[in-house]
Amino acid sequence: MVRVLKLELRGITKRFGTLLANDHIDVVVEPGQIHCLLGENGAGKSTLMNVLYGLYEPSEGEILIDGKAVSFRGPGDAMAAGIGMVHQHFMLVPVFTVAENVALGAEPTKAAGFLNLDETRRRIKEISDQYGFDVDPDALVEDLPVGVQQRVEIIKALVRNAKVLILDEPTAVLTPQETDELLDIMRQLKSGGTSIVFISHKLREVKEVSDTITVIRRGKVVGEASPTAPTAELASMMVGRAVSLNLDKAPAQPKEKTFEVRDLTVIAPSGHHVVDGLSFDIARGEIVAVAGVQGNGQTELTEAILGLQDRVSGSITLDGKELLGRSVKEVLNAGVGFVPEDRKVDGLVGTFSVAENLVLDLYDKPPFAKGISMSPAKILENAKARIGEFDVRTPSAVAAAGTLSGGNQQKVVMARELSRPLRLFIASQPTRGVDVGSIEFLHRRIVAERDQGTPVMIISTELDEVMELADRIAVIYKGKLVGIVPAGTGRDVLGLMMAGIPPEEHTPVPQPGPASTAAATSSTSDAEGGDHV
Amino acid sequence: MSDKHPPKHAAGEPGPGAEEATPAEDSTAAVVSVDTAGGAMGPSAVPATAQSGQLPGGPDTVLRRIFTGSGMVSVLAVLLALIIGGLLIASTDKQVATTSTYFFARPTDFLAAVWNAATRSYIALFQGSVFNPRGNSVAAQFAPFMETLTIATPLITAGLGVALAFRAGLFNIGAQGQIIVAGILAAWVGFALHLPVGLHLLLVLVAGIIGGAFWGGLVGVLKARTGAHEVILTIMFNYIALYFLRYLLNTPAFQRPGETNPISPILDPSAVYPQIFGTQYRLHLGFLLAIAATVLVWWLLNRSTVGFEFRAVGANPKAAQTAGINVSRSTILVMAIAGGLAGMSGVAQVAGTEKVLTDGVAATYGFDAITVALLGRSTPWGTFAAGLLFGAFRAGAVQMQIQTGTPIDIVLVVQSLIVLFIAAPPLVRAVFGLNPRRKKQARTAKSRKAATTGGAA
Repeated sequence: MVRVLKLELRGITKRFGTLLANDHIDVVVEPGQIHCLLGENGAGKSTLMNVLYGLYEPSEGEILIDGKAVSFRGPGDAMAAGIGMVHQHFMLVPVFTVAENVALGAEPTKAAGFLNLDETRRRIKEISDQYGFDVDPDALVEDLPVGVQQRVEIIKALVRNAKVLILDEPTAVLTPQETDELLDIMRQLKSGGTSIVFISHKLREVKEVSDTITVIRRGKVVGEASPTAPTAELASMMVGRAVSLNLDKAPAQPKEKTFEVRDLTVIAPSGHHVVDGLSFDIARGEIVAVAGVQGNGQTELTEAILGLQDRVSGSITLDGKELLGRSVKEVLNAGVGFVPEDRKVDGLVGTFSVAENLVLDLYDKPPFAKGISMSPAKILENAKARIGEFDVRTPSAVAAAGTLSGGNQQKVVMARELSRPLRLFIASQPTRGVDVGSIEFLHRRIVAERDQGTPVMIISTELDEVMELADRIAVIYKGKLVGIVPAGTGRDVLGLMMAGIPPEEHTPVPQPGPASTAAATSSTSDAEGGDHV
Repeated sequence: MSDKHPPKHAAGEPGPGAEEATPAEDSTAAVVSVDTAGGAMGPSAVPATAQSGQLPGGPDTVLRRIFTGSGMVSVLAVLLALIIGGLLIASTDKQVATTSTYFFARPTDFLAAVWNAATRSYIALFQGSVFNPRGNSVAAQFAPFMETLTIATPLITAGLGVALAFRAGLFNIGAQGQIIVAGILAAWVGFALHLPVGLHLLLVLVAGIIGGAFWGGLVGVLKARTGAHEVILTIMFNYIALYFLRYLLNTPAFQRPGETNPISPILDPSAVYPQIFGTQYRLHLGFLLAIAATVLVWWLLNRSTVGFEFRAVGANPKAAQTAGINVSRSTILVMAIAGGLAGMSGVAQVAGTEKVLTDGVAATYGFDAITVALLGRSTPWGTFAAGLLFGAFRAGAVQMQIQTGTPIDIVLVVQSLIVLFIAAPPLVRAVFGLNPRRKKQARTAKSRKAATTGGAA
């Protein structure tokens, strides 16, 4: 019954005008394999998959299924040929039920065109049971956690008899636990005969689940790798040079606590307490990372500090001065450097030049402006200095910021925020969607800022990043502080905290035996030592 | 990190000592290329967050593209509109109708007739708007051009108002109302007060600008405070202004003594713009002020912190807000300045050409201003040029009708066609064969991709 399918991409080339996005890429996905496409952001992985899924026509090359050349005019053809794709951004209608979403686009009908959702429900149940998805066909998609929504996307593909499933950066939106569950699902799908093309730049996951790894760099296949290859080797293949994966930073030298948050509560327009009684403080010269799954109040926390939230109570003080109730400009003028979580949404003006973006919050201060008259020469001078200092790869200082790659856009934002004397530095998702090479650089700059004696607050949903940068880790869940733990706390402990379980509750029950007792005591004492509020 | 690249090196030129960085730079090129190809707004490898409800790129991106596309499309749109206008002219021409009856016998007659009809009308249009060789003096020969400038004056200033607001992300349909309110105030100062020469005119100008700024600013306040949409507000404010004017013209304060017609007293001679080149032309000081306004708006947009704020708010309000820019204040301020610019048009009308206040004070300048700003791509000098072009159309249309019998309305048709073509750049490019096939494929693929994915890099 299981139709296995061998997929072959042969010499795929995709040009956009003169730009070469894919350069003669050959990939063979053997039946029943998890094949990983590993590459930095912008390496051409997604372009390649869009070619495969019929969204782009290849400029050259061909796609072969079981040895026969096929051509896809659109996703419909690809689906019919047994290829399914789960996009990074889900394609679900939030107000529809799971069954309605799955049926959408290929709605089964009864006589006279009436919808027949029973058939869809049955199929969902079947698939859900087979792979242990635990998805209720009648739940509204908007009520489901992200991880479950992703499963709905997978079901959507499976219902359409996908034999090759493309997963485009599927773990970007998941908690560590959800990620592990997804990896399990992928293994099960594989054993059920479905091949998977797994697109990622996260080496840990890739190594864990892949059968074959194809590394893509600058639109070309640079080689195949085995999942047993050392991480450093994979990273250097991906980036094209040796990368140091571990940030060797000196231990923090915390000084006086200059930034204090007390009982901070933010109420959303819905009346919901999105930040609920948060209290913590940050000392000069230390990095506190706020960890948590996306959407647990991190955005509102940073916005409240910056003065972008209206219904806020509690207190936020910097150098003894209250920040709450002040305008954004006043907060910035108090010496707060802020890197917002989504550079394209609130960090940059895409149509502005790099030079203009580099003064986006300094444009009205000397030397860039006298009164209301701006000095383009000074702005350009500043841009050239920053571009050099942060190694921003841009055609010129006057190029539109929107045309830069993600990593370079992020460097522009960081360069801007770090280019003035700071009393507090907040960076939200400082390296999201940034390639490995730039991550290393940006992390070093953040540590350098700390070493200058600035209190630094990092908000990240990437556990790797939190663990690498933080001197202390504050975990928030549903707007509440779960706990503050020291750096070096284990991934599993943090993962559970991110699901709302305080560190005390999941320490193993003390058993006779030195190892577990030590772990238990260190964990609790850590929690006590860190959670001093 | 330690390797500080000189700027030219960063720009991708091979520089000395670049051995280490060169491969990385290649990768930049590839990365940039992939990203720019993948989506108009550049790369997005960022997972969509539940919180980021607003799309990057600010509001109304389609409108923005229409308003700020390339100047080439503007020029081609005008050309295409003129060609189609020419065909329309020919279709109403008697000679063309006659020759078409024996088209198959002698098609050349027909084609010649079409050519003659169109060119005759356009030559008349040109003679009526730029230079009339049949004038019996140099002054008379240039009279049409002076008329063009006169008519262009209110179009330019009101167009600047629309363009400026648009650069700040606001679609200002309210120039008409702003002209009217400015006209009311300016006219009242002009006929009701009797002040010394110089001061009087200055006061008329200031009153007009304040009137327009008030009417525009009010929209800004309402939008900033209540979130009401500026398009709805400005349209309604146009009606309020018009009916308020009609009401006023029926009150004794605004009526000519002894008359019941809705027409105000004539403005004092001290309250009207002097004519720049003497009394033989209608061209008045307002035109020079329009040039000054264009320079000012250019400076404001490109060289001032205020304009930086406007543009930032217009292009990405969320990023502007995060950078400490007060979006509400920007909204109010830009609408006030836009209203003030439209107010200058009101002054140009009452103190420049009309010298009285009637309910036709704004004519259709407020609406034509939208077209002018559109054609001018919302840049100050583009708007200025577009204002001149539309002024020429208006000025020449009369002459065209007198000389060739072509109805004035054809000019409106041409104007409308221009808007239509500007709103559809791919159509214009297709007509002129500027859409290379490959590019078109990429475009469709891109839009398809945009429809299905978020545009991940």
